[in-house]
Amino acid sequence: MPPASFAPSLEVSGLAYAYPDGHQALFGVDLSIERGERVALLGPNGAGKTTLVLHLNGILEAGAGSVAVAGLPVGKENLAEIRRKVGIVFQDPDDQLFMPTVREDVAFGPAAAGLRGAELAERVTEALERVGMAGFADRPPHHLSFGQRRRVAVATVLAMRPEILVLDEPSSNLDPASRRELADILRSLEVTVLMVTHDLPYALELCPRSVVLSGGVLVADGSTQELLCDEELMRGHRLELPFGFDPRSVSLPV
Amino acid sequence: MGAGHAHKLYRHGHSPVHALPPHCKIAAVFCFVLIVVSTPREAVWAFGLYAVLIAAVAGVARIPAGFLLKRLLIEVPFVAFAVLMPFVAEGPRVQVGWLSLSVSGLWGAWNILAKGTLGVAASVLLASTTELRELLLGLQRLRMPPLLVQIASFMIRYGDVITDEMRRMRIARLSRGFEARGVRHWGVLAKSAGALFIRSYERGERVHLAMVSRGYTGTMPVLSDAAAGRAQWTRAALLPLSALAVCLLGWTL
Repeated sequence: MPPASFAPSLEVSGLAYAYPDGHQALFGVDLSIERGERVALLGPNGAGKTTLVLHLNGILEAGAGSVAVAGLPVGKENLAEIRRKVGIVFQDPDDQLFMPTVREDVAFGPAAAGLRGAELAERVTEALERVGMAGFADRPPHHLSFGQRRRVAVATVLAMRPEILVLDEPSSNLDPASRRELADILRSLEVTVLMVTHDLPYALELCPRSVVLSGGVLVADGSTQELLCDEELMRGHRLELPFGFDPRSVSLPV
Repeated sequence: MGAGHAHKLYRHGHSPVHALPPHCKIAAVFCFVLIVVSTPREAVWAFGLYAVLIAAVAGVARIPAGFLLKRLLIEVPFVAFAVLMPFVAEGPRVQVGWLSLSVSGLWGAWNILAKGTLGVAASVLLASTTELRELLLGLQRLRMPPLLVQIASFMIRYGDVITDEMRRMRIARLSRGFEARGVRHWGVLAKSAGALFIRSYERGERVHLAMVSRGYTGTMPVLSDAAAGRAQWTRAALLPLSALAVCLLGWTL
């Protein structure tokens, strides 16, 4: 573990935001994530999860409150640095993979940060190896399966060596095998992870800690298993477990 | 998923023509076409020589004649007009069998056909020896405005995605018992087109978001900076230079 004096990977305090049309999405969110933690951000549709995520790398500007990544405040003057530190994996890999080949796509982030030549090639290979896609570097993204595209999308972000990895619905549209492969990859990474999801068993499998966002505020923060077992909390915020799934019966991987 | 537009024109290979940097090839083809177009149409033999040059390049690139000829068919709708010219043009006429043809029309038709065919043949050769994204890289190195190159590369990337979306919308229409029959149904098709536009536009916004999140600031980072050496430029220049010699002969003889 890094020394305690290190700034947390993510520090959100009093974050509030209203869209230009007047709809207020966040009403003062406080969240702190230590280095190396894996945290699930749970919440019903329309709770403001995506809005919160877009604040983490400065795409949306906080109406009130502040966000800091590894001690660096998110603001206009250090946006480039923030975007390198916060790697967001969007829900649809077709939105994320916009270059003609996998290699170019993974290279995009580091190249935008100024890396060139051998150093860049090394970054790309390393990132692709970490998601098990090194053999696909020269393929066009639209020739890959959905699960492979999701993994490449993770690689595009890993190539920037982010401080924190933010995944938006990482398990959506994946078949069970791809789901498990992605889980194995995520567990093998030594990086702080914030995972936005409705997939409660997946959250339980991967994230020891969860927070629940509902109606623009954080209503719960604690161990994932305890939160999922809190029936009142779950019912109150439109969170439902899949049929036949009992979070108490799951023995968690340590 | 789409079968990959890139493979329809491109023919994979390892010939010296394939190995040339794309910007050299683009420049060579461009100059070749300019030279062909500026050759006097009366120098019929010159066009024969141009064809021989193209055939020679195809030979070096190991592109089979059949492959090249089949792709030349793309030209047909564009030269249909040329075929009409001998019948409709004015001026002195010549009797061929029972047809009376205009002399200037015949020359005009020949001019369009010969120059058009040579130009298309050169472009087909370029396309079959250069991958689509290499072409884009080449254009970028030839100082084509980066914005245009970016637009073109996004077209390549998202062409399939959008066709796919269109196909899904069509299936959804069919599944609900809709079949376009006649003018009364055009409204539905127009609305689908509108919906497709909105969806693509929104996808564009999401893609932009993803780009910004990875540090995009308006210019694409340069990923491969393989400048062409003198030897490569010389090799690429062989085609336009020999064509230039032919052209000059055509003007002087």
